[in-house]
Amino acid sequence: MPARHVLASLFAASALGASLFAHAENVTLLNVSYDPTRELYQQYNKAFSQWYQKESGDSVSIQQSNGGSGSQSRSVIEGAPADVVTLALAYDIDAIADRNAGVPKDWQKQLPDNSSPYTSTIVFLVRKGNPKGIHDWGDLTKQGVEVITPNPKTSGGARWNFLAAWSWALKQKLGDLGKLHDPRYAEEMKAATAYARDYVRDLFKNASVLDSGARGSTNTFVKNGQGDVLIAWESDALLASEKLDKGNYEIVVPSLSILTEPPVAKVEGNVKRKGEAAEKAADAYLKHLYSPEGQRIIADNYYRPRNTDGIPQQELRLFPKLELVNVDEVFGGWAKAQKTFFADGGVFDQLQQR
Amino acid sequence: MSKPRRILPGFHLSLGIALVYVSIILLLPLGSLVGQLADLSWARYWSIITDPRNLASYRITVLSAALASLFNMLFGLLCAWVLVRYTFPGKRILDALMDLPFALPTAVAGITISTLYASQGAIGQWLGFKVAYSWLGIVVAMAFTSVPFVVRTVQPVLEELPASVDEAAITLGASNAYAFRRVILPFIWPALLTGTGLAFARSLGEYGAVIFVAGNMPYKTEVTSLMVVTRLQEFDYPAAAAIASVVLIASLLLLLVINIYQARFFRRIHGNQHV
Repeated sequence: MPARHVLASLFAASALGASLFAHAENVTLLNVSYDPTRELYQQYNKAFSQWYQKESGDSVSIQQSNGGSGSQSRSVIEGAPADVVTLALAYDIDAIADRNAGVPKDWQKQLPDNSSPYTSTIVFLVRKGNPKGIHDWGDLTKQGVEVITPNPKTSGGARWNFLAAWSWALKQKLGDLGKLHDPRYAEEMKAATAYARDYVRDLFKNASVLDSGARGSTNTFVKNGQGDVLIAWESDALLASEKLDKGNYEIVVPSLSILTEPPVAKVEGNVKRKGEAAEKAADAYLKHLYSPEGQRIIADNYYRPRNTDGIPQQELRLFPKLELVNVDEVFGGWAKAQKTFFADGGVFDQLQQR
Repeated sequence: MSKPRRILPGFHLSLGIALVYVSIILLLPLGSLVGQLADLSWARYWSIITDPRNLASYRITVLSAALASLFNMLFGLLCAWVLVRYTFPGKRILDALMDLPFALPTAVAGITISTLYASQGAIGQWLGFKVAYSWLGIVVAMAFTSVPFVVRTVQPVLEELPASVDEAAITLGASNAYAFRRVILPFIWPALLTGTGLAFARSLGEYGAVIFVAGNMPYKTEVTSLMVVTRLQEFDYPAAAAIASVVLIASLLLLLVINIYQARFFRRIHGNQHV
């Protein structure tokens, strides 16, 4: 490899030295992403390459890798040559930054909207006609309801599910989530936390399959006919109900859910080594997600765009308004949530104990 | 001039290359596993490997692997027997099919098995009990991924045993069952045992296929390899290595026991002469 790098840089140097010719570069970027973004980035990669070629003359081809968010993050830490990462939650990019694996510590400030060009939320997917009468989180713990969710220990999407359920339970008890950080309500908070624990414990008692990733769960629910309700990314639920198997599933929007912000970041450490053209292309790749074209593709693939200008009404209709809480407000950020709930011996492990 | 010890040339070169290869492919990864373990105190190591959830996972993994291997022992032997002793149209195809579980990515196998054996699946709908998303699903996945070990170890041994041997036994008055038990089985027993042992060891570590059919419910259908992956996900490499070391030691012990047993067996059959 190094020999090739040397050669490549020699070529680059000689090209610069000549500098008489306008030089169009060929750049290859690797986007390491999480499970359900396959379709989104397939479409976006194509559109971006065309746009970028026109814009800069450089031709960019983008390779795509999809997998569970946590394991993707781990593979980048262990040396996968990602140029950009587009993962399910900030914690997974923090993990890369914390281990100095190529992402700067302040990565989340480098792009608008917490570096999340799209959002989504957590909803329920039920079978046609909603036979078990599921309308809100409270219905999931009823007897005889089989719940399908991925495992929070291995899946980023499942962690969002868990936190959404927890937030709903807190809100049930507190009435107003504004009381969360108000010391005057410490007692009430204690009771609400206990209530949330019981609720989430019961919820996971009704879970019959804990797949290792979000796509696995969707497959289990849709293809293999398991369970009565799937707790899923809105994007995956829409994909299943609008595209995969139209008419056989219904989406149930709960009274409260969580604002999921899947973030993106450039892996400077890797892309710098590829040279200036690659770095420019990687920057443009992430920035273009925020452009009208990028936002349109985002909406096409059932993610909620940050900017709804120019997106047709019938697409926006798919994203109903609902009360959305966010991780920073309710849980004090991902690092804290991860430690409290999902780390070894955390709340999730405690709830699973017999 | 001392005369050369070995008639075959190239001993030092080939042994050297073999050892380098073994070091890079086998010992280096194992070494780094042990290196990870060095970060743990004994107390911590012990508390990780005896965590109730991990203990439950060993029980599930070992029982499922045992059942799958037993199943493979019977049906692998049957397949090998059919492939060696009979000629029939499509035999070559059947022979090639036997290797499919090795060629197929295990995740593909897992997803396929889960679809087939789900309660509405092509096979699952006819069964009165749950296979996919229960521990039986784990057994099916393990049996699928490890059956070639039995077939491919028994097959060549069986080929060396000419049909005239069992014919002779039968003409000398042995019943079919007796001939099988006293003539054929002793001959293929070591190979059958090795194949089954390999299948078992492979099943202990199987992840890709199992994970899609198991359901992964804590204490019920969590296999040990999932516990390892879970710890990796938390970036807790030493803990992952600790759990992995349990599987590794179990597999090594098993293979060692089989090897020792086999050596004894050969000595019993062939006396002390070299085989």
